Amino acid sequence: MTTAPYNPLSSKLHDWVTTVDHKKLGVMYIVSGLFYLIVAGCEALMMRWQLAIPDNSVLSPDTFNAFFTMHGTTMIFLVGMPILLGAANYFIPLMIGARDMAFPRLNAFGFWLFFFGALLLYFSFLGGQGLSGEPGAPDVGWFAYAPLTSTTFSPGSATDYWIISLFVAGMGSIMTAVNLVTTILTMRCEGMTLMKMPIFAWMMLVDALLILIALPTLTAIQIMLLLDRQFGAHFFDAQAGADPMIWQHLFWFFGHPEVYILILPGFAFVSEVTPVFSRKVLFGYSLMVAATVSIGFIALGVWAHHMFATGLSPAVLSYFAGATFIIGVPTGMKIFNWIATMWGGHIRFETPMLFATGFISMFVIGGLTGIMLAIVPMDWQLSDTYFVVGHFHFVLFGGLLFAIFSGFFYWFPKVTGKLLNETMGKWQFWLLFVGFLLTFGPMHMSGFEGMPRRIYTYMPGRGLELWNMLASIGALVQVFGFSLFVINVIWSLRNGKLAGDDPWDAWTLEWSTTSPPPPWNYAELPSIRSRRPLWDEKHPEDPDWLYE
Amino acid sequence: MLGASLAVASPQNLNMFNPVSPAATPIRDLFFLVFGVIGLIFLITEGALILSIFKFRSTGKETKEPPQMYGSNPIELAWTVVPVLIVFVLFLVTTRSIYSLDMQEPPEGALRVKATGHQWWWEFEYEDLGITTAGELHVPKGVPVFVELRSADVIHSFWVPRLAGKIDCIPNRENHMWFQADEIGTWYGQCAEFCGTQHAKMLIRVISEDKKDFDSWATNQLLPAVEVPTPMNGKDTFLSLACVNCHTVQGVTHQGGFGPDLTHLMSRDTIASGAAENTPENLTKWLLNPNSIKDGCLMPNMMLTEKQVASLVEFLTTLK
Repeated sequence: MTTAPYNPLSSKLHDWVTTVDHKKLGVMYIVSGLFYLIVAGCEALMMRWQLAIPDNSVLSPDTFNAFFTMHGTTMIFLVGMPILLGAANYFIPLMIGARDMAFPRLNAFGFWLFFFGALLLYFSFLGGQGLSGEPGAPDVGWFAYAPLTSTTFSPGSATDYWIISLFVAGMGSIMTAVNLVTTILTMRCEGMTLMKMPIFAWMMLVDALLILIALPTLTAIQIMLLLDRQFGAHFFDAQAGADPMIWQHLFWFFGHPEVYILILPGFAFVSEVTPVFSRKVLFGYSLMVAATVSIGFIALGVWAHHMFATGLSPAVLSYFAGATFIIGVPTGMKIFNWIATMWGGHIRFETPMLFATGFISMFVIGGLTGIMLAIVPMDWQLSDTYFVVGHFHFVLFGGLLFAIFSGFFYWFPKVTGKLLNETMGKWQFWLLFVGFLLTFGPMHMSGFEGMPRRIYTYMPGRGLELWNMLASIGALVQVFGFSLFVINVIWSLRNGKLAGDDPWDAWTLEWSTTSPPPPWNYAELPSIRSRRPLWDEKHPEDPDWLYE
Repeated sequence: MLGASLAVASPQNLNMFNPVSPAATPIRDLFFLVFGVIGLIFLITEGALILSIFKFRSTGKETKEPPQMYGSNPIELAWTVVPVLIVFVLFLVTTRSIYSLDMQEPPEGALRVKATGHQWWWEFEYEDLGITTAGELHVPKGVPVFVELRSADVIHSFWVPRLAGKIDCIPNRENHMWFQADEIGTWYGQCAEFCGTQHAKMLIRVISEDKKDFDSWATNQLLPAVEVPTPMNGKDTFLSLACVNCHTVQGVTHQGGFGPDLTHLMSRDTIASGAAENTPENLTKWLLNPNSIKDGCLMPNMMLTEKQVASLVEFLTTLK
């Protein structure tokens, strides 16, 4: 009998494709997320090129519309979601002392649904036809308001690609959320009661529950829209008498919780990084848990603040403004708790902490401009302007993306066994920080000057030239920051310093195993007495469980 | 505050800090109040953060971990209760301003206008006066204007920042808003809800003028198209082509409603919903190929000969 010749590459690939290991799936999620981050970043860069000067003609209107649609859709569904699901996948079992997720094969299925959903979305650049029937990607905006999405106004197939690809990827996210909830609720190690879980696990638990409640709404309306477009149903068909507001209500019933689905993992990363680099226990753990759970609840009742200009009655407007203000309270608590965690510590400003601090400072600004948008009459002026674009990029770029980089630099050594280069990391932070402020700060100003979002060009002499030029220069600065990140990752994978098990002198369970962790994570399942099991181990004279 | 300093700008600007209407001024004042509140929160939060960055930076020489603080009930209670009080006050302020700016019925003496969003232009109907026009809304100074907002196709949003906040035009729904231009001038705005290919060039001009000027404008608009014989028989050219399927010229043809009413085309400053100045050169360019001015617009390129275009422009320029 002869054996087939040994082929290392194909057997490695085979390994990745067939794996049900939560760590490999986590890595694949995150690598895909970072890949699409670059793709969607390039789309944004093209838009900034077009908008750098008035009456520019780098992009045609339809191409511009496709780029902002794909940029938004990609950043949310193909960058934010996979990175957060990947991080949860990788670290939840490690942090709660489990050997894998509850349903490993469902886990793999969820990833591959996401993977092929993403490919389908991007295939639309080749196979789709946009609003005017010309070849192109979806160009109806990421919130795809009816009736612009009906076959009358969007005759091409691009909108169908948008529906089906997100439907497929969304099913994957729902499955992974089921998996996360089950894993966190049933597979914690001995001694880990719910209130002794790392705060990361709490935030991911609430996050997964939000996915379970919110995402099926999107899936449902996408099916309805597909029925409208392909089988002549009239759910959103205004010409057949449907009320287009139904789409908006249902979309934002998903869409607003989605914002929290994206930002809660950001909170989770920062809540792990800040204590370790401040050398202090997280301040007010119970309040953090309470704030997270209340954000989860309130997030489900604020959706119509995206619809203040649609002619809702004053009573409804007041309710949604009030609910939106209320959600600021638990969010504020978290910010104060992070600062209190830093207060009195010995803060080490290595790259993860730089990004975490950047996150806190920029997220505060995004939160405060959010309060401005919640004040209904001000929203009548600000809604759908560049002010809103500035606002949510402070939340999702200055907030979420900085938190992602913080977590990436923090856990990269655990995943790969190598440390990322600190010098390059610090340069990356400062380039991104400056580029970020330069890009998104001026957008608030162009919003004040009356620039609506989603316009492919604007006229000279309306006070918009300076702000748009600054934003475009900022985007260019960011290119250097992102390039440095890519170089750093590739360089460090080859030449990075060996990390050892616990390079940051951290306290949660994942740092007790090897870097990278072995298959099945722990030879012997751990048993814990406090939220910081490694602190207890390192400080037997003053363990945490005395105080919790 | 920074925004306010920019408010002293050209008459062209659309700056929301420079209102000329009682529907926009209270919003501007609200901005200043809110800037004060969030400015204070900003300073306190970022101040505490920056202070802790500099004060508690590791020297690298510490031998012991810092004292561990697990939490503090009084402190945590404080930063729960104080924000609750702040947002309660903001909620009251918001509710009061929503109700005070709300106007369900047109007040006595108001001018009623029906604004219909089309892909990608605005139609304005003064039903009480019997006038239909496009792109440019004439109003008398100092008179409240009650605008009924509708859409002929997809969702649009009517926004003239210096006059009022924006409200959407939604198919199968009737929304409304109001404003009152207290100064004479031209106030710029544009569609604020993404409505397809040419969303960017769906511009609005509101022209506020003295009662006298407004009345004479309105009187002129009520007249049918002027009969001016033109050497090239432009009117015959117009009637013989597909133009009439979409455009109305009062006194000449009434079939078309899909495109803008052209009866008094030359009384407007711009064509194509503000995309270009209304000059014979631009009209010629537009008729030869509308996409050259507004790529993707719904007026088809009719493949007219240069002679036909010249004759049409001659006719159109008589529509004063």
